[in-house]
Amino acid sequence: MDRFIFLTVDGLARGAVFAAFALALVLIWRGARLVNFSQGAMAAASTYIAYSVTNATGSYWLGLAAAVLSGLLIGALTERLVMRWVDPAQHLNAVIVALGLVLVIQAVLGIAYGSEYRPMDVPFSRSPLSIGDQALLSPYDIFVFGTVLAVMAGLGYAFTRTDIGLTMRAAAFAPDTARLLGVNVGRMLTLSWALAGAVGGLAALLVVPTELGAHPHATDLVFVYAFTAAVVGGLDSPAGAVVGGLGVGLVLSYVSGYSDNDLSAVVILGLLIGVLLLRPAGLFSRPTARQV
Amino acid sequence: MLDALSRSTLLRHTLMTVAAGAAVFALTFALSPYRNYQLATMAAYLCATAGLTVLVGLSGQLSLGHGALMAVGAYTYALVATELGDRGTTGPLLLVLPLLAAVVVTAFAGGVVGLAGARLFGPYLAGLTLTLTIVVPAITTTFADQLGGDQGLSVLVEPAPARLGATFPLERWQAWIASLAALVTMFLLANLVASRFGRDMRAVRDDEVAARLAGINVQRTKVVVFTVSAATAGLGGGVLAILTQSVSPGGFSLAFSLFLLMAVVIGGVGHLAGAVWGALLLVALPEITDSLADSIGSSPELAERLDGNLSLAVFGLVLILVTILFPRGIQGVVAAVTRRLRSRVHPAPASEVPPITTSSESIDA
Repeated sequence: MDRFIFLTVDGLARGAVFAAFALALVLIWRGARLVNFSQGAMAAASTYIAYSVTNATGSYWLGLAAAVLSGLLIGALTERLVMRWVDPAQHLNAVIVALGLVLVIQAVLGIAYGSEYRPMDVPFSRSPLSIGDQALLSPYDIFVFGTVLAVMAGLGYAFTRTDIGLTMRAAAFAPDTARLLGVNVGRMLTLSWALAGAVGGLAALLVVPTELGAHPHATDLVFVYAFTAAVVGGLDSPAGAVVGGLGVGLVLSYVSGYSDNDLSAVVILGLLIGVLLLRPAGLFSRPTARQV
Repeated sequence: MLDALSRSTLLRHTLMTVAAGAAVFALTFALSPYRNYQLATMAAYLCATAGLTVLVGLSGQLSLGHGALMAVGAYTYALVATELGDRGTTGPLLLVLPLLAAVVVTAFAGGVVGLAGARLFGPYLAGLTLTLTIVVPAITTTFADQLGGDQGLSVLVEPAPARLGATFPLERWQAWIASLAALVTMFLLANLVASRFGRDMRAVRDDEVAARLAGINVQRTKVVVFTVSAATAGLGGGVLAILTQSVSPGGFSLAFSLFLLMAVVIGGVGHLAGAVWGALLLVALPEITDSLADSIGSSPELAERLDGNLSLAVFGLVLILVTILFPRGIQGVVAAVTRRLRSRVHPAPASEVPPITTSSESIDA
């Protein structure tokens, strides 16, 4: 039982990061109707920038700020310089361009930093605190939880209470109507990408130091798991992304805790097939009307 | 004669296949062993890209996991060949039976994925197939006793038959095997695309509801296309196992799966000829950029960093530029150029109504 509680808490902590990353994917999906396959590579670039800033200044927090700011910038630039020029009539092309970006970004990172892992420090201890005999969260896990919760609360507030958030939603759901009402839909799209870049960069910075460290491919698996989480939850639903992310984190934690770590990918595939067979558009999908 | 050619698709495809086969056969005698090996690799990729371009371009299903399906084919080949070798099988059977097994097993695996994927659209199917690529290394390490873990398996391949002479290069023999597999794949797929089933496929891609109203079984069509596409990927994987004489999970990474899809799109998605361009690109581009990296890289450290990375960067840039500037890929450009040349040679009368042809080119467009 002790072990179960420990694995649950640990899984939720890992899942929180997947949830944030999945949220970044949902942000872009809702705005542009495309899955940003370059999210992982963009986030890897942000972690390297954070690594460089932390190394130069000695401050973790400046690195964190650099990750968020560079994420904003990379996201906005990607939309402005690349994605905007893709022919929207050919759905596949946006996917291919994003995959091309992955290659370019990872190659540039590899040339600039080399292919060895760069270990990164975290500002809090990673050894778990105990209540009685029960090992629970580490201070770093609490920091991760808090950060992700703050991001979600911030996004939730922005999208439901602020003018800019409501305008972004309008531009995403009814671009033509929004345009008629005077919304600059293109700028809102750039903003969506920038926000997604920032959230993705932050999530990557939270998870990369707990593994081997900064590496051009450090975020590949994070991306796959986050994508799974977003698909399980339903790409249109921010709540689905959070639930999906936590679910994926729990599954990974239980599988590696109770059986073989190597099996986790197989179990994730099973989870994905199971959910999609029951709900082809994710757990949180709503029935849609369509005209025939 | 020409009239019969334009009417019978089967005859035309047969003639084209035989002509291509003869040309490749002649080519293998002109090429050095290294070039023959590259030709063989290209043919192995072509099996997979041809199936993938039909799946993506004509049935509208996106697969990010075809590299994983090739891995299924390659591992099946390795296991079956070893088993047959232990029982003393030799000669052509040791080549053909494992390849058949690779095709059948991969087709089965593809059928299962296709069954799950037939209800999904766009990104959801992409997500499902993407997960396949991370499952391959997981399975090979879980069943390390049978599948060899990260090290993989070595593949039992006999040298070229003694009949061909003692000095006959192995690479030419490999090029023959691989090219034959690719030609058979292209021939079968070209006929499938031009058939009634090919029209069903395109109908499903363009509008599922309309296709269903026209009496097409949408689910079955999707599953069958996925199965066929997986079978060709399995064949490609089996051939690749013959060429490399070893299989390991590292050879079928996530990046490899993505490369296959990119090759198909750059070549021109939905065109079998585009699959040839894509396969050519997969073999040629790394070599070109690696030689480029060698000429730039002066210091050893810089050379080490450029090694591999430069080719990836160039590949990515080409991919982005081609997709944005030529959304229909290389084959789209080739088709546009030939159309313009043709209309300059035979200017069509203004009154002529464009004929409703049954040639595969106009259907593919």
